[in-house]
Amino acid sequence: MRARLAALAGTVAVAGCEGAQSAFDPAGLEAERVLLLFWIMLGGGVAIWIAVIAVSVYAAQAKTKVYSDRTGVLVIIWCGCVFPTVVLAALLWWGLAMMPDLRRPADGPTIAVSGERFWWRVAYAVEGGPGVIRNLPRGGVPSSNEIWIPLGKRTEILLSSPDVIHSFWVPPLAGKMDAVPGRVNRLVLEPTETGVYHGACAEYCGTAHAYMGLRVFVVPEDEFEAYVAAQARPAAVDDGRGAQSFLENGCAACHTVRGTPADGDVGPDLTHVASRSTIGAGLLPTTIENFAEFIRSTDHVKPGVEMPSFGMLPEEEIVAIAEWLETLE
Amino acid sequence: MQVFGKTQDNLWTLIAAPAIWGFHFLFSYFLAAYRCAPNDDIFGTRAAIAVVTVICLLLILLIARRAGREWRTYGGAYRNDQATDNARERFLEFSTLLLAALSFVAVVFETLPIFVFWDCR
Repeated sequence: MRARLAALAGTVAVAGCEGAQSAFDPAGLEAERVLLLFWIMLGGGVAIWIAVIAVSVYAAQAKTKVYSDRTGVLVIIWCGCVFPTVVLAALLWWGLAMMPDLRRPADGPTIAVSGERFWWRVAYAVEGGPGVIRNLPRGGVPSSNEIWIPLGKRTEILLSSPDVIHSFWVPPLAGKMDAVPGRVNRLVLEPTETGVYHGACAEYCGTAHAYMGLRVFVVPEDEFEAYVAAQARPAAVDDGRGAQSFLENGCAACHTVRGTPADGDVGPDLTHVASRSTIGAGLLPTTIENFAEFIRSTDHVKPGVEMPSFGMLPEEEIVAIAEWLETLE
Repeated sequence: MQVFGKTQDNLWTLIAAPAIWGFHFLFSYFLAAYRCAPNDDIFGTRAAIAVVTVICLLLILLIARRAGREWRTYGGAYRNDQATDNARERFLEFSTLLLAALSFVAVVFETLPIFVFWDCR
């Protein structure tokens, strides 16, 4: 039983080190450096811990030799003053020396990301400009909850929020950075491998905080350009029942579908919602059933979400809207 | 207060070096925050911090030298736990020396970022 538990604990521990949302599986320059720092700090910490325990065990022996005051002071000076000073100075300088490389200016696209309760508003191709800015630049190519960035470029993420403090964290790519109302923080991502990485809001922001996920797609540069160009186009809309129901039932008050009269700015832009891999900020895979479920019982699927449930709509209308949304690629 | 003779140590002489460290910390922190809010060019900020650092380090060295010299002159013993004026004086001098050393290192550590950060991003 004990062996089984140990094996289980080991499996869980190891499993936690891999995957799309693990800082132990880095795919970005900053995450790689942070991981290296972590291992060195861990190794150093373990070595010092072993040394302290060894000295404690020795000191607890009944027949230890009596040392002079001078020896005691020398131990304190060398082990308690000089050693920590040298180690801390070396770590500090090494950490600081990493900064110029990590803080190099971006040479890739600028993407505005706004943390909002409880999703991520994304705008590609915005003008960042140098220096401290208070509010995210307007315009750009809107999207949400999914960020595509090119491989081998340093992409600048401009972070802010209109409501409360959120924190943007994609562990395999870089450390976390806060999205603060009234201030724009800049995070530069330099991915080193293509792939899909999961991120999360890392600062408690309200009821649905735990459901405020995002996906980052690292792709070759030409694919990135093509993606942004596709996102910039209006939706391929048909005027079927789904589109009508969407407009008649007030969805357009909060959501934009470019190419239709829907131009609400409260919730995510749905122009190309079906091209995204998830709905509800990383919550559910994009399928007709999940669209319908999200519309039907929003607060059940994502408790605390700002969107009201539309379960009062006739079922066929919900399905029609879901089917229509699934066509918005 | 006599600087290079026999000084009567007290709590004020003891905390002088950490107080300089505290001043240096607040000065650097506030100046950098103030100049970075509108994202001004921070070359001047870094230079100002460098100048203040040099002054702070010199003052701390002066304090360390004064305390160390007096402590050594009167025996330089590590154990000063008798209830006498002399032991109290030596205790304060030795403590001042140690605190000055700590403050010196801390001020140097606080200053290192000015060699790395060129802008306010």
